[in-house]
Amino acid sequence: MADGAALLTAAVGGDRGALARLLTLIENGNSAIRELLPEIFAATRGAHLVGITGPPGAGKSTLVTALAREYRQRGRRVGIVAVDPSSPYTGGAIMGDRIRMMEHAADRDVFMRSMASRGELGGIAAATWLVTAALDAAGYDPVLVETVGAGQAELEIARLAETTVVVEVPEMGDEIQAIKAGLLEVADVVAVNKADRPGAERSARQLRAMLAGAGGRFVAPPPILLVVATSGDGVGALADAIDADRSRARSPDQARVRARNQLLRAITEGSRRRAEAHAEWDSTVTDIAEHRIDPITAAERLLEP
Amino acid sequence: MTADAGREQAFPIRVLIAKPGLDGRDRGAKVLARGLRDEGFEVIYTGLRQTPEMIADAAEQEDVDVVGLSILSGAHMTLLPRIVELIRSRGMDDVLIAAGGIIPDADIGPLKEAGVAEIFGPGTRIGDIARYFREHARPRT
Repeated sequence: MADGAALLTAAVGGDRGALARLLTLIENGNSAIRELLPEIFAATRGAHLVGITGPPGAGKSTLVTALAREYRQRGRRVGIVAVDPSSPYTGGAIMGDRIRMMEHAADRDVFMRSMASRGELGGIAAATWLVTAALDAAGYDPVLVETVGAGQAELEIARLAETTVVVEVPEMGDEIQAIKAGLLEVADVVAVNKADRPGAERSARQLRAMLAGAGGRFVAPPPILLVVATSGDGVGALADAIDADRSRARSPDQARVRARNQLLRAITEGSRRRAEAHAEWDSTVTDIAEHRIDPITAAERLLEP
Repeated sequence: MTADAGREQAFPIRVLIAKPGLDGRDRGAKVLARGLRDEGFEVIYTGLRQTPEMIADAAEQEDVDVVGLSILSGAHMTLLPRIVELIRSRGMDDVLIAAGGIIPDADIGPLKEAGVAEIFGPGTRIGDIARYFREHARPRT
């Protein structure tokens, strides 16, 4: 009943309702999508995939809204995917990113979609990537992906983005330095938001000092920009920095890094699906729960060809 | 209770909770959003002071199964039929549209005729709303 191919054709042709339906099929892992994957992949137009991450309350949604406004002024059509966490107990979620993005609600050239994370390691990254591919195919460029607040998950998503913007705020305090370090490692651009607050310049200086000394993956430290998302100050420069990062992100080396991540993700999910479909899945779970077998040996057995 | 990340279950029902018009109070909408979250729904909240066009566009982009409109301002007879009309005009024929808030009994009949499926007044239990949504939302694909 779900005619994915017709939806894709309509979505590529500008039908927003069809695009919305297609995104639902993707998100729900509908079987029609599996056959459609090569077509979705072939229909992509090379949109710049930008991840926006940072701790809760840093102003990610507001900054995404401001960036969308900036890109609209530059004549670009903007796709937005905003991910919020699902409850691990009920599977429910509250997605509030629209509250700050409603100024774009009636703009036909901005398409914004809320996604619940739906479990920790499950479909989120793969589904998010596919959702961005569909937005790309529908002609939105850039596609901005706003992650859940700080933690492990948004590092995963940042691996798939071409350009990752880490949003920080002034005066975050010493106790979260560790989180900042984890996030900052994936930053291609750092935005110090709420820069109208005291201490913004000092925070930017500290970040510069930290990143200048960082070994790891940095060839050159990422640009660190002061922005005020609520007023729009500095947002133009941030958009410039994001655009400037595009060529770095598209070098053959970087493309291979992303390809490897996508492949690993697909393998993980494929293995999981295969194991869950195994006839002995339930009994294996029981065996582990009752200490008859260790989980790693059990996993190897479930995945034997 | 242990978090169960791998649990197999039906896809969550997606609900848009919206506050149309010039109405500055959303405690009820937030309590409902939280309650529906705890009932396993995926709830998208728009925030205050939305035009019918913004609500219809949000419903379309989010491909929700249910639109819940919270209104306390007294403008329901103007705004709610307009929102139903805009949502239907975008081809969303099977989206369940319900309303809650301060709505006089005399207006309930005309609102239902205009396409609002159900009206939930003050004192409604969230569990009853959740059950109604589960029973009346379109089938999930």
